[in-house]
Amino acid sequence: MTLNQSASALSQPQPVMAISNVSKSFPGVKALNQVSLELYAGEVTALIGENGAGKSTMVKVLTGIYQPDEGEIQLNGVKTTFHSAHAAANAGITAIHQETVLFDELSVAENIFLGNAPKGRFGLISTSTMRQQARALLQRVNANINPDTPLRELGIANKHLVAVARALSVDSKVVIMDEPTAALSLKEIEELYTLINQLKQEGKAILFISHKFEEIFAIADRYAVYRDGEMAGSGHIDTASQQELVNMMVGRPVDQVFPPRQPTHGKALLRVEGYSHPTEFANISFTLKQGEILGFYGLVGAGRTEFMQSLFGITKHTAGKVFIDAEEIEINTPGQAIARGIVYVPEDRGHHGTISNTPIFHNVSLPSLGKTLKRKLLNPPAELSLTRTFTERLELRAAALDQQVNKLSGGNQQKVVISKWLATEPRIIILDEPTKGIDIGSKAAVHQFTAELAAKGMAVILVSSEIPEIIGMSDRTIVMRDGRICAELSKPEMTPEALVQAAAGITHA
Amino acid sequence: MLIRALKSREMILALAIAILIGLIAMQFPGFIAPDNLADAFNDTSPLIILALGQMIVILTRCIDLSVAANLALTGMLVAMINTQFPALPIPVLITIAIAAGTVMGAINGLLTWKLDIPPIVVTLGTMTIYRGLIFLLSEGQWINAHEMSDSFKALPRHEFLSLPLLSWIAIAITLAFIVLVARTPLGRAFYAVGGNPNAAVYAGIDVGRTQFLAFTLCGALAGLTGYLWVSRYAVAYVDIAGGFELDVVAACVIGGISIAGGVGTVIGAFLGAIFLGVIKNALPVIGISPFAQLAISGAAIIIAVAFNARSSRRKGRLILKHEEAVG
Amino acid sequence: MSSQTETNLPTIPDHLKPRWYRLVASWESMLLVVAVVIFIINSFASPYFLDPWNLSDATFNFTEKALIAFAMALLIISGEIDLSVASIIALVSTAIGFAAQLGAGVPMLVVIGITVGLLCGAFNGLLVTGLGLPSIVVTIGTMSLFRGISYMVLGDQAYTDYPAELSYFGQGYVWWVISFELLLFLVTAIIFGVLLHKTSFGRAVTIIGNNATGALFSGIRVGRVKFILFLLTGLMSAIAAICLTSRLGSTRPSIAFGWELEIITIVVLGGVNILGGSGSIAGVFIASFVLGMVTFGFGLLNVPGIVMSIFVGLLLISVIALPRLWTKYSGNK
Repeated sequence: MTLNQSASALSQPQPVMAISNVSKSFPGVKALNQVSLELYAGEVTALIGENGAGKSTMVKVLTGIYQPDEGEIQLNGVKTTFHSAHAAANAGITAIHQETVLFDELSVAENIFLGNAPKGRFGLISTSTMRQQARALLQRVNANINPDTPLRELGIANKHLVAVARALSVDSKVVIMDEPTAALSLKEIEELYTLINQLKQEGKAILFISHKFEEIFAIADRYAVYRDGEMAGSGHIDTASQQELVNMMVGRPVDQVFPPRQPTHGKALLRVEGYSHPTEFANISFTLKQGEILGFYGLVGAGRTEFMQSLFGITKHTAGKVFIDAEEIEINTPGQAIARGIVYVPEDRGHHGTISNTPIFHNVSLPSLGKTLKRKLLNPPAELSLTRTFTERLELRAAALDQQVNKLSGGNQQKVVISKWLATEPRIIILDEPTKGIDIGSKAAVHQFTAELAAKGMAVILVSSEIPEIIGMSDRTIVMRDGRICAELSKPEMTPEALVQAAAGITHA
Repeated sequence: MLIRALKSREMILALAIAILIGLIAMQFPGFIAPDNLADAFNDTSPLIILALGQMIVILTRCIDLSVAANLALTGMLVAMINTQFPALPIPVLITIAIAAGTVMGAINGLLTWKLDIPPIVVTLGTMTIYRGLIFLLSEGQWINAHEMSDSFKALPRHEFLSLPLLSWIAIAITLAFIVLVARTPLGRAFYAVGGNPNAAVYAGIDVGRTQFLAFTLCGALAGLTGYLWVSRYAVAYVDIAGGFELDVVAACVIGGISIAGGVGTVIGAFLGAIFLGVIKNALPVIGISPFAQLAISGAAIIIAVAFNARSSRRKGRLILKHEEAVG
Repeated sequence: MSSQTETNLPTIPDHLKPRWYRLVASWESMLLVVAVVIFIINSFASPYFLDPWNLSDATFNFTEKALIAFAMALLIISGEIDLSVASIIALVSTAIGFAAQLGAGVPMLVVIGITVGLLCGAFNGLLVTGLGLPSIVVTIGTMSLFRGISYMVLGDQAYTDYPAELSYFGQGYVWWVISFELLLFLVTAIIFGVLLHKTSFGRAVTIIGNNATGALFSGIRVGRVKFILFLLTGLMSAIAAICLTSRLGSTRPSIAFGWELEIITIVVLGGVNILGGSGSIAGVFIASFVLGMVTFGFGLLNVPGIVMSIFVGLLLISVIALPRLWTKYSGNK
């Protein structure tokens, strides 16, 4: 309440939290370079930027997990440093993450009060008080949840409500919401908006991180845009248009990014019939031609990645057939897929794509080691020359071919992954969110190269959640929703509206 | 709350113990005579105390293989002090035992916390170091019953409501742990750190410090058990409780404490220890060589860990089911 | 190197640092220096040390453990561990002791021993790769189980009747002071060196230790590789058990008790990352010499075995702790 008064009393509002000229470096990367951020009581500030722009690093600075190399953090006008996450939490800063912030094995009430539970006799946690207060807090956020329920029994939307209740319980001044809508349904997002408005009324300063512009315009009062770890702009949201924000984000007009193509499709190369999995996807059927780029669009969690990994032999399918050149084949392991010329560039580059602590050339030669052996023994010169062939084609930038992959930028790491697969001379390449989290320059290079591969007769499956990328690159797009194919759009049918409507299941009345 | 706590693994385990006792009693009714059961419980008491300490260490995603060596070293230490200074009151000796155990636990904790060394390596190392120190301390000599003072030996045997004090200590520590785990911030922190270390950091919990405290507490209990063990069996030498750390880990694993951290209950650890205790006490009764006990512990660990893994296997995203629920 | 690309990108060199630099600045070179220093200290400590027969005797301190350490190194590099190795020795030794009681000949004993070792390894491997259980708990369990079976069979008894020819494995000499065990150790080192550093299997082991999921996504059969490593560890434990039984001429259930610690210490001292992903057989080779020399030196000074184990424990912790302390306090933060 006092915050509200002080905020209204001043004509020129002072930020609750002000970060100025903060920098943070990691070996090989400057994650943040002289960036600033101001958060005001009772206002929502949207932090906008592509993956890798420095948003998550900023969240870690705000919550005391990282200490900045330089720059200043002010809380209510007083300079502060957070030596630990504990210090930040004590100062009233709460972060709500997608799933990471809560504890499945603890009850709802325990989750809300972890770290500052109400004390009763003998300094012990008073479970009855805790339960009561938890119930009250849950009521405040309109959540109909029993405080004694173990958290693991809740769905994601309810977990969010618990996280919000937690933010209310510690009387936080600053609430950070890191992509809170990522796994929510439309209805749940509406409810979240109501909640955010309530938090605003209570005078909390809210940092809202999202890359969905409709959400930002729906909820934010201010914005700050980061690009490649640097400040790209900030201000009141009513003074900015979506186009301006996009330009700030990417640093150049978006419509130039994609290479021109004259697709020439050959004969059908891959045919999938009725691929199904007990819980993740069902009845996936399509045909892919030589030289074609086939887009797969859908919301996060639509089952695209799950299907692709099954097609690549990582997870088992229960029904369905795959044909290559009209010949039925069996794929139960990645090895079988690779042998048949199907390769997969995974979405999670760090865990699935690169072997990050090992040299570049070990990564590239890995699936093709058999080709480089000399009398059945490893032959590093042959590995190096194989690596050189493909990394040069992709214009990899590295200090040496035995440099560790984790010393490279995200874009160059992706080039290593793609080189690895090209070295196996594949016929079908599956690209799962290939430009996620990489810089603009590498992004263009990946797009350019994808177009070249298709022009040379390779068949490409492009899984992407970025509408411009889908529209700019693919010749045809399959849209998935809830584990099933729900639409197939030809090139002229591919409009942002059509894609979004199909993916979200909106039907025309 | 009570119902929820007992619904799952703990209930199954309690049932298994009941069936086990029932089967033995059908052949050998003497086994369930109150005196015999009390004896069996008293025998199992050190295992219960150590299993509770081990449980909180495992909850935080660590493991302590040095508990038995810690026990043996503190046991030797207090036995030697007792022979040198027979007049020293027993509470002082107990304090020394707990302090010595705490220091040893803290060393494990510090190496894990400050130097980030994997706990398995730390405690494998300290296990042999502590064991070796007993040899240095005692020069390989035994301390036998007649060298210990009577009051030193009497304490754990002291009967109260027809149960020896040793049993009461195990019961008291179990109750204290129920309170610790359910009602103190530290107790909740053990679960948070093991269940989701990244998130624990965001909740303002220092992961390393919590692990350190778990090791320290575990060490303190091992120290206390050191005195109880040596006074009860009235003998101290280098190899006492040799390999007992495996029984302790076995009790935890059988009790449903997940080695991956964050999952497990005090009741579970308690019942896990009881399960092993029943088997240990039943072997001579049903005429199986006591030498089989090690193999049975090993088999029990493997079966329990396989069983727990099966029941907690991670499911996928359940995309299709999601759709059915919506539609 | 001479390829001229049209783009103005500079050609990426093959290596960051020249070969000699990588050799000199390695853990193995440092370890070699330590080995030489210990050798010199020992030769001053006792005038008998430099006697060829004495040196040959010294090698018995580590050859059997080192045989297992090579396999353990691969297992640890792949991100797993096997704490049951010493118990496999006990079980194998008990099995051949049992067979010898029944009058089996030496070839039969070897076959039985190796079969039992492989079965133990397969059991561990199956639980870890088949059921996806953590290897630490599985092998803590089998550590009790395997030795427990020995206790069930033997109790407080011992097998002492072995065919005379069996003694060759642990006591025989191939040529002059070169014992059979020493030769076996050298040959095994070469085989494992080639396996780890020169074959695609070895590359797979390293890659799996760095990122098992990433390896799976690159088409490596992760489960199969790990299973083979557990088999190999079982096999090497069986071979070590045959040598040890032959050398001691008797089997008690407590045979090789606590060896897992020394074996893991050799591996870690050899520069293998305890968390997996890197390590070399050369390092393990030198480390086994270092540990053997130190044991022998302590023996010359009449230090009891249990005190030696304090040293091993300290060594295990400090070898991991010191580099971490160094990076922590060298302003690298």
